[in-house]
Amino acid sequence: MLRYIYADDLRRAPKLARTMFRDRGEQFHTRLNWKVTVAGDGSERDEYDALNPLYVIWERPDGSHGGSLRFLPTTGPCMVNDHFLHLTDGVKIESPLVWECTRFCLAPGADTRVSAALMLGGMEAGRASFLTHAVGVFDARMVRVYRRLSWGPIILGTCGTGRDAISVGLWAFQEDGVRARLLDRVGVSSGVSEGWLTQSLDGIAALDPAIA
Amino acid sequence: MLESFLERLEGVETLSDLDAAILSLSSELDVEHVVYHSVKSTGEQYAALTYSDEWVARYLEKDYARIDPVVQACIRRFHPIDWKRLNWSGKAVKSFLHEAIDSGIGNQGFSVPIRGPSGQFALFTVSGSEKDDRWATYTQERSRELILASHYVNQKALEIECGSDQLEIVSLSPRETDALTMLALGFNRAQAAESLSISEHTLRVYIESARFKLAASNTTHAVARAMNQGLLNIC
Repeated sequence: MLRYIYADDLRRAPKLARTMFRDRGEQFHTRLNWKVTVAGDGSERDEYDALNPLYVIWERPDGSHGGSLRFLPTTGPCMVNDHFLHLTDGVKIESPLVWECTRFCLAPGADTRVSAALMLGGMEAGRASFLTHAVGVFDARMVRVYRRLSWGPIILGTCGTGRDAISVGLWAFQEDGVRARLLDRVGVSSGVSEGWLTQSLDGIAALDPAIA
Repeated sequence: MLESFLERLEGVETLSDLDAAILSLSSELDVEHVVYHSVKSTGEQYAALTYSDEWVARYLEKDYARIDPVVQACIRRFHPIDWKRLNWSGKAVKSFLHEAIDSGIGNQGFSVPIRGPSGQFALFTVSGSEKDDRWATYTQERSRELILASHYVNQKALEIECGSDQLEIVSLSPRETDALTMLALGFNRAQAAESLSISEHTLRVYIESARFKLAASNTTHAVARAMNQGLLNIC
């Protein structure tokens, strides 16, 4: 199932968190050879994980990570505006209606259904937050995969070649029929997909009053 | 959408102009109450709101921000939040809610958390008395407008204050970071102290020094500000 978890809630799902950061190391460091920081246990984290991002995570039946992506608002610090301005002609993408989506990651062996589920998760989070677009930083070779899943980005710029190629692109949330096609690909009903979202995001408890 | 408000905002040069502009938003947005509350990276706060002075005084006197589910959610989240979706259980929170409703805040609310540059954050809220279905229609139809209004207000507030909001890079010591991280993760003081193998007294000292460095008025703010600046080890 899809889960939507802010970083400060990851401790409630330790296995999911551990395997997500491990799989990110596997994908971005080992497979793609991006310049990312990997800890001794092979897990990959960057400074944006410390900004309490929202993760969309595909959870396998055994509680481990099947795939994930990461959202941050573009009004605060984020990767596109801090590091990829050369791919957007120097234009900062800064809007309350646009979130940044980065670290689209698949666990080794994950099939296209997981890719579709993550895109559905991105769509659901965007719709629930009334966004117009997501701006993404991604492995350029994934564009074909996104298009085949019926929701391709508008490419703003690309640097590097081959497996080093990184692109910045925009996804529009109001594309006709995309949500229905993604639901179909994942094999889940609209109601259940919405249920996954509300189950994840509702009812945030207050901090322990004793500390305040 | 928001044209006359934006026109008005253009002429805003001082905080008192901004106050008046924010108060005028309630009629533009067809809602009883509008609240804007900003906490800058220097720890200074600014608020403009249509709630009664009595309720504001009561809220501050009781330090309700500690338990207010809206504040607690918004400092740690960035998606817009309908109040119905928050957790209002617990005795203290329930009695706070009843008191708020009795003070004319309304039974419905919609809040937009705002993450600005370098740890600045703000909260924009509309609230009022309305039936569930009518409120759902209202927020669905006006959500983008509400989100944009909140950010226009925030930008203007930052612009007015930019002279005094020089971005100070705060650096915390590892122990201060540990202490705030534990609190951010929801541990109480006793549990945090035990996990860090220090006394509660020592923990308090770390929290206080971090609070001072972050120029935060209370621990909740200190945690939120440190988190928004990426200073905590929360994952």
